[in-house]
Order: sequence, then C-alpha cells, then structure tokens
Amino acid sequence: MNLKEFEPKIVAFCCHYCAYAAADLAGSMRLQYPANIRIIRTPCTGRLEIEYFLKALENGADGVIVAGCEEGSCHFKEGNLAARRRVNYTGELLAESGLEKERVRMVNVSAANARRLVDAINEMVENVRRLGPNPLKEKTPMKQEICP
Amino acid sequence: MIVAERKNVPELIDIIKEHKNILVLGCGTCVTVCLAGGEREVSIISSALRIASKVRGLDLKVEELTIERQCDNIFIEQAADAINRNDAVLSLGCGAGVQAIAERYANKPVYAGLNTKFLGILEEHGIWTEKCAACGACVLHEYGGICPVTRCAKHLLNGPCGGSREDRCEVRPDRACAWQLIYQRLKNIGQLERLKKIELPKDWNASLSGGPRVIIREDHRI
Ligand code: SF4
Ligand code: SF4
Repeated sequence: MNLKEFEPKIVAFCCHYCAYAAADLAGSMRLQYPANIRIIRTPCTGRLEIEYFLKALENGADGVIVAGCEEGSCHFKEGNLAARRRVNYTGELLAESGLEKERVRMVNVSAANARRLVDAINEMVENVRRLGPNPLKEKTPMKQEICP
Repeated sequence: MIVAERKNVPELIDIIKEHKNILVLGCGTCVTVCLAGGEREVSIISSALRIASKVRGLDLKVEELTIERQCDNIFIEQAADAINRNDAVLSLGCGAGVQAIAERYANKPVYAGLNTKFLGILEEHGIWTEKCAACGACVLHEYGGICPVTRCAKHLLNGPCGGSREDRCEVRPDRACAWQLIYQRLKNIGQLERLKKIELPKDWNASLSGGPRVIIREDHRI
C-alpha cells in the first residue's frame, strides 16, 4: 500500500462527560479534526475493557484512542485511572504480539478543552500514519505488505 | 485458591505454532478469580494470539470456550465438540486442569497457557500472595495460623533464623518475616508458650517429596 494514500482509521472511545462534550464543542467552535476518527461514546472510560481495544485492532482499526476526563475529575471518581492502566496493559500486550504499542493511547481532556482534544486527535492520526496500516487488515503476510 | 499467571505471547506462539486450529479453553473457577484464565482472559489471549499469528504470517484459527471447571468430568464433557474440531487445545486452566483435559483426549495435544504459581489469596486488588504449599500435614495450629513452611523463605519450623531486619525477611526484604508474624500473632492470642516447644523434623513424606499424592475415600466410592 502506498503510505502517502494511507488514511488511518482510528476508533476514539470518548467519555460522555468530557471528551464527547469536547468533541461537540469543537464542532461549535469550528475547530476541525480529521475524518479519520470514529467516535464511540462511553458512559465512562472506566467502562472500557482491554478486550474492546484488542477487538477494534483485530477488526482493522489502525489505532485506538481513549479520551477520558482530566485526572482527578472523573465523573465516577477513578474510571479514567482504571482506563489508563488498561490502555497501558493493552500496549504491552500489543508489543508482545508484534504490533506497535503506540497504536493505543489514552488522553485526558476536560469538556471545555476542545483544542486539546483536537490536538490529541491530530497527533494520534499523524503517529499512526507514520506506523503504517494495521498489518492485520490484509490477509497477506505483513512482509509482502510493506514492500510495495 | 490456585493462583496462576499467563505465559507471554511469544512463548504461547512458540508452543502452538505448528497447529492451524486452536481451542483456547478457559476455566471458570480459581483461574477466573485470579484473573488468569477465565472467560475474559480467554478473549484477551485469543485476540493477542490472532494478532501475533497474523503479524508473523501464520494462519492460525482460534476458537474460544470457557467451562465451569476444567478438572471435573461433568464440565469437561461440555467442551467435547470444541476439543474434537480443533487440532490442539491451549488450556488456561491450572496445571491440574490441563492434565485433566489431556488425560481424557489421548490423541489431542493439550498445552498449558498459564504458569500455575501457588495456593494463595487475593490480598488487595491485583495482588495475590502465597499462603500454603500443600505440605500434606498441616501444622498451622502450632504457629498461630501463619504457615512457616510457605511464608518463611527458609521453611523454618523452629525460627526465626536471626537474619530478619525489623519485620522484614532477610531473603527478600520486600516480604514480611513469617516468624515476626508468628510471634506477634501468638502473643495476640495468648499462646506464646507454644514457641518454647522444639518442633521435631517434619515428615516430608506427606508432601510432594514423597511422590504424587492420592486421596482415597472408601466411604464415597461407588
Ligand atoms: S503447614 Fe502445610 S498444609 Fe498447612 S498451610 Fe503450611 S504448607 Fe499448607
Ligand atoms: S528473616 Fe524471617 S522469614 Fe526470612 S528466612 Fe529468616 S525467619 Fe524466615
């Protein structure tokens, strides 16, 4: 695949109380974020399990970003802290399995901070673009895939 | 309960790499509670194996199943179809579970996906500690309910060794000295007198040192 044409698909798990509202605010403020993002609203990032991140990648997402509240201001007290630990564990498991751990990332944003969310999304898209497509998407072995 | 820990993904891939169709078989009892081999871990490990196999260009198909108990015939039967339609089983049960499956499927490779660690308890979220080494002849009553066989690094029955610092074990300073705990506990329950008795050497024949153990209950046999 030509890397220049490569537009990563990124699943964004956004907490209803912060990042989801920030995404909404970004719209009202006319701050653009790339169309590479597929937002899934969650009641709290603490609701997210390691399985969800792995399944997203297994099913062809190029990256997963988890956006929860600022540390200390989780609506359910500590959900975002649990989410960060799970994201870290997922990263380790990915590295063990042969995928880059940067394909999953946790960010903390408040509902008022649309700019920070947009920056984090842009950064994630660029990072994943650099990593290249998720090798699991193609049936052919990765070796062939990276030699156009 | 039995406490276990997952093997890492490269090791698992190395174990199963010659097979095409693998059943990852979880167990709903001890290893579910210690977060090593229950339904969720089966899902996580299976995803990791699929990812690792694709990255490596292997053509691995992974099926997932968790039964209530892997060391019990009644439940093993429920896995029969899934076991039969796969080339091999990667069991996320404890060592006993893995062997129970293997013994019942003479022609099926059955592999251990976990390292079975010890008999222990959940101390706090995410921390398990060893409490019993299944020595076969329990002496807990002599020691205020704290097991010197398991929790003293030197397994001293007439301790302490003299090397402890404050309440820390000299072998592993991140662990409590079992003998400090024994002393404190016997003091609390008014049984310090027990420590005056010299404990004779333990008969290790009752332990694994005497060979694999069998318990036969004639009253329950049919
Ligand atoms: S004395 Fe033996 S059976 Fe009793 S707790 Fe210690 S290791 Fe287990
Ligand atoms: S310091 Fe305590 S626990 Fe450690 S070996 Fe000595 S007596 Fe046993």
